[in-house]
Amino acid sequence: MREISLHILDVAENAIEAGARQLDLRLIEDLDADRLAITVTDDGRGMDRDTLYQIQDPFFTTRTTRHVGLGIPLFAATAERCAGALNIDSTPGKGTRLEATLQHSHIDRPPVGDMPGTLLCILMREQDLALTYRHTLIAHGTKRTFELDTVQIRQALGDVPLSYPDVREWLREFIAEGEEQLKEA
Amino acid sequence: MPKLKSLDDLKRLREEAQRELTIRQQTTTKVTVGMGTCGIAAGARETMQAILEELKKRDIDAHVATVGCIGMCSKEPLVDIEQAGQPRVTYANVHPEMVGRIIEEHLVNGEVVDEWAFGRVPLAGIGTASQPE
Repeated sequence: MREISLHILDVAENAIEAGARQLDLRLIEDLDADRLAITVTDDGRGMDRDTLYQIQDPFFTTRTTRHVGLGIPLFAATAERCAGALNIDSTPGKGTRLEATLQHSHIDRPPVGDMPGTLLCILMREQDLALTYRHTLIAHGTKRTFELDTVQIRQALGDVPLSYPDVREWLREFIAEGEEQLKEA
Repeated sequence: MPKLKSLDDLKRLREEAQRELTIRQQTTTKVTVGMGTCGIAAGARETMQAILEELKKRDIDAHVATVGCIGMCSKEPLVDIEQAGQPRVTYANVHPEMVGRIIEEHLVNGEVVDEWAFGRVPLAGIGTASQPE
């Protein structure tokens, strides 16, 4: 995977497959501490200890349609290559929390990449998913954040789905603008 | 998030949308993109964005959805097109540069792009098990 945002999309897809109704994505770029931290928290079905151990193995997958599960091993390898680590906590029936930290300035660190694209892919899932997303940038002691909360958005929309074409376009522009402003400031 | 202004936008959109939503849902075209690890690694996110771009450019109303892995990983990115009263067609290995032609021929002209339609044209090395339903 060439971008952090693709790893995030992949983990989010796992959460959705695990039946999550709530998904919280956080991306903290702390330039002062030279850390990039990603957390993905879901309320899906969770995993027991054995499963949690097994998902580190590329030749393990819960799905029946194929025999390899590369998502987590790839993300872990990326984090470790960048002087960081990937940790997963999970409780059966409660949910899963994944945290990856990387050295922000590490020469091997993939770019964050296209977060708007990633978010849009998640939002176009048909499941009724409450997504919260926070992208924080800390530099020279100042902190800026872009936030997306689909609960608020759904309230404004009533029964019009997020995938409705005009809404989709609005979301696309809203997220792209928010991410762009974060970069510029 | 910059709340008030943007949420007002949405409320306005909601009113517009509700008027036409019912009719639209009955006649709609649905485009589905596979978004498992396999799809993502093969570029499905970019394919989906190319689809959104093309639909916007041509002002076509279609429902676009993402789904997880459906087990034909080597054929990713997979794109499914369903239209009311038409057979469902799955396109294999759809890269962004192919999207324009698929939308133009399939959605605008109503002609399946046979050479990219998976299962329509039997592909070398793939058994009958891979034929779409």
